[in-house]
Amino acid sequence: MHKSSIIDIISPIMAGPSSSHTAGAVRLGLLAKNVYNTVPHKITFKLYNSYARTGLGHGTDKGLLAGILGFSVDDERIKTVFETPEAKSLNYEFEFLEDFNRHPNAVDFVFEGELNMKISGNSVGAGEIELTKINDFQTKLDGKYNTVFTVYKDVPGVISKVTGLIQEDNVNIASLHCDRSAKGRDASMCICIDGDLSKNCLNVLTNFSDMYVVRYIKKLES
Amino acid sequence: MDNINTFRQLYLACKENNKRIYEVALDYEVSQGEYSEYQIRLQAKKSLDAMVEAIKTGLKSTELSPSGFSGNDCDKLQKRYEKSTSVLGCVAQKIMTYALATSEQNLRMGKIVACPTAGSCGIVPAVLIAYAEEFNISETDMINALITAGEIGKLVSEKMALAGAVGGCQAECGVASAMASAALTQMRGGNVKQIINASTLALKNILGLTCDPVCGLVEIPCVKRNPFLAIHAVTASELAMADIISKIPADEVVDAMEQTGKLMSPLLKESSQGGLAKTKTAISLEKNIGSFVKY
Repeated sequence: MHKSSIIDIISPIMAGPSSSHTAGAVRLGLLAKNVYNTVPHKITFKLYNSYARTGLGHGTDKGLLAGILGFSVDDERIKTVFETPEAKSLNYEFEFLEDFNRHPNAVDFVFEGELNMKISGNSVGAGEIELTKINDFQTKLDGKYNTVFTVYKDVPGVISKVTGLIQEDNVNIASLHCDRSAKGRDASMCICIDGDLSKNCLNVLTNFSDMYVVRYIKKLES
Repeated sequence: MDNINTFRQLYLACKENNKRIYEVALDYEVSQGEYSEYQIRLQAKKSLDAMVEAIKTGLKSTELSPSGFSGNDCDKLQKRYEKSTSVLGCVAQKIMTYALATSEQNLRMGKIVACPTAGSCGIVPAVLIAYAEEFNISETDMINALITAGEIGKLVSEKMALAGAVGGCQAECGVASAMASAALTQMRGGNVKQIINASTLALKNILGLTCDPVCGLVEIPCVKRNPFLAIHAVTASELAMADIISKIPADEVVDAMEQTGKLMSPLLKESSQGGLAKTKTAISLEKNIGSFVKY
């Protein structure tokens, strides 16, 4: 996986006070926004454990919202995000919960709108994050790779069709992670790639039969 | 290019090629194919600019943190130094002031550089920038020093995650102090051995430092720990410049640090369930803070 670089040690430039509770929260929001990819009617942020207990003192709530609005980790507006016009035009609420089965810094984004979606993630330390679940599907999204996420009908040949298409685009697959709800029902694929997919490739992919959801999630800036 | 994952490998590569640490570090990263030298130098320049900006803003502000626990100590220190000089002289005075300025900017959600982490963000900039200002160090030399510091942090991070939850504060402020001592020794013209020794001595002296933040916030004891560990970095550089060496080599000190982190109780690793976080006063602060931290 991603090797640590001097750049990781002397960055990021970020709004304080905590890499896990502030910068990590922004990055979780940014990645969740890219996955949902459309404007929701409402978002509920569910903060768990340490995120719930110390989140307000660390601006975790502000960070999560700022990420959803597309602000970067060093955006001066994070501190006053609730007062921004972007936030005022959004319907959102926060819940503070405890669940010992979840990571200390866990969050759920519950999107309601034309598409309902629940995205779960953790802030795992030093600003690093992971999205672990999209609806009922296990995922492995850490924002370090451009990633194709799809939900499709669990029938033979879909994985081969999708990976074949990516190969035709001359792009290398770094990792592939699949999950399904039940045999023959909905399944999901999370494909991390090196480089970038062409628009054409994404168009073809989106129009495949048996595809319910196709998202191209760009990697986050480090 | 051969792997550089340990201090020993770094030292040998410098010696073999007759190069400084930042040169070998850049050569190595470029050989890994992820970043170009230009990209790394550009990030270092951006980080340096952001560090200067955080100090400038922090020096002028007395705004308290959301909890109200901290935010006006840098102002107090500056007022004292208007009237009297530090017993350690004006460079040390500036270092302590800058460390507090940056650290306080962090807790008021200001823009800082996590170097290596947000909680330890005041240490490297304070030592680097205060010294550079007092001794007219060029921007290029400052960037070289910051890259040197980055390489030290990177080598430690090869063995253990730089997070209080994993290794306690030794892995955050401790590593920041080792990085700062390397940057300082680089700017003072210390040789490769002296730079590695400076960071080794700094790291060795901070083994076992716990992470027990009161109310789980990056405030008590984190803010004041920044000026302490900035001066700690200067001590390490002073000793190393006199060719005082660490009897335990750098890589073994990092091993000891990793083991110490593992042996440390989880109660003392960023969980706020022990140490300072469970003192009588901390518990009463926790009760009063209830009004703004919802559960």
